[in-house]
Amino acid sequence: MRAPRAIRSTGVALIAAVTSLLVVSPATAATSVFTPASDAKVTGTITVSAASSLTDVFPVIAKAFQKRYPGTNVKFNFGGSSTLVNQIKGGAPVDVLATASEPTMWSAVNAGLVGKPLLFAKNTMAIAMPADNPAHITSLADLARPGTLVGVCAVTVPCGAAARDLFALNKVTVRPVTQELDVRSLLGKVLSGDLDAAIVYVTDVKAVGKKVSSVQIPASLNVTTTYPVATVGKTTNPVVAQRFVDYLRYSLSAQGILRAYGFAKPW
Amino acid sequence: MTRRHAPWFLLIPGLIAVIFLVLPVIGLITQAPWGSFGTLLSDPVTRDALRISALSSLCATAICIVLGTPLAWLLARNALPGTRFIRALVVVPLLLPPVVAGVGLLTAFGRRGFAGAFLYDHFGIQFPFTTAGVILAETFVAMPFLIITVEAGFRGLHKEYEEVAATLGASSWQTFRHVTLPLVAPALLSGVVLCWARAVGEFGATIGFAGNFPGVTQTMPLAIYSELEVDRSLAIGLSVILLMVCLVILVLLRRTYLRGDTRND
Repeated sequence: MRAPRAIRSTGVALIAAVTSLLVVSPATAATSVFTPASDAKVTGTITVSAASSLTDVFPVIAKAFQKRYPGTNVKFNFGGSSTLVNQIKGGAPVDVLATASEPTMWSAVNAGLVGKPLLFAKNTMAIAMPADNPAHITSLADLARPGTLVGVCAVTVPCGAAARDLFALNKVTVRPVTQELDVRSLLGKVLSGDLDAAIVYVTDVKAVGKKVSSVQIPASLNVTTTYPVATVGKTTNPVVAQRFVDYLRYSLSAQGILRAYGFAKPW
Repeated sequence: MTRRHAPWFLLIPGLIAVIFLVLPVIGLITQAPWGSFGTLLSDPVTRDALRISALSSLCATAICIVLGTPLAWLLARNALPGTRFIRALVVVPLLLPPVVAGVGLLTAFGRRGFAGAFLYDHFGIQFPFTTAGVILAETFVAMPFLIITVEAGFRGLHKEYEEVAATLGASSWQTFRHVTLPLVAPALLSGVVLCWARAVGEFGATIGFAGNFPGVTQTMPLAIYSELEVDRSLAIGLSVILLMVCLVILVLLRRTYLRGDTRND
């Protein structure tokens, strides 16, 4: 079905190429036809469901993507990774899913909701405190002090699972006072000064700048989470959805923007 | 009570309303994991959430009654300068998205909030991440329901009753306690029920202001939302438990107190 539309939009030159596809060897035909044919159809709107920790960086990448592919429009739906998977399970009209951990993506893969995921970024954890650091936190061990108001994400979302693993890896027993359902709400309670400290992503700390203080955790004692992205099976615009996924993973611009926001390479 | 023949232009939209309101509830009931209710109810997380929900919604309702009823009277009797303005102000929590209400509560009663900082610095009182914070959030969101309902009750009341009581030598407290209050009892009760129901279902302001921790601030709606991330059928099971508990309470209340409420006068 795709071939006739391609001919209409790219003109006579292509007709020859398509005809050659039918008679000449497939290998030469593929190089001459495939790229222009798919390029011609990269238009329209897609909705990307993305983990909360991508809230700042994704709109910037989307702008670059829309510049690279004029006529496309990328909309976002940010939330906790498991919420996003549940929304797609419930039939939400989404074209691309980007989660903040592999397990959440696997649950979508296993439910047959998405295509093959690509890993496009990596994140690590940091301790965020209000700018004046009222509880004088200087290390992970300080979080175990009684009376310290520590917040984490719920273990059902990636940043919560990462916090749990981080405490286990460093053998500290922390009694958090809240388990927020996404990392942005958690960070909000640090910004408001109601929490003494919270375990968030390094990218979150970077995003809010001087409004919070932070403690970096040595790489050997830190936990990393990897971000997979995949097209949603029921997408109404598979071409743009796939382009966006590829763009995230393979384009220098997207990877450069991710780096600028503090995300690391996953490979 | 005789059932009158309803005109079609009321009957049809009315029935559509019933269907619309009932369908999602039927959906929940059919999806509920009826086999695992036993384990669900014995789960400490469920029990904690039920306990926090019961405690916080009852306390919130009590505060609403104690503070809201007098305000309703003041508004109904035009006893304050700028009554209309105050009335508009107190219904603002009705219009606020609850999550925004949570942010508002943080800016006022959070550790760095203008009222919260005072309480924290002088008395060491902190609302966020405590059950008291849950009660505060529920009170904020639910009180307008009580005020509006009870104010309508007070206004429907003829002033003469209070005046007669006063001329017979009753003090203003006696008048309020023995004349006014019994007369508005039906309105007060429906106000209390509305207010309590809103407090029980509260989610956004609670998680925004008080946080989410099992056994401290995790009410049933928060537990349900947290569970929704993991296991939808368990979340639905929790919702149905909450629904049943509330329905039983409402039906009992109606039977005991609201019998006279169906009269037409």
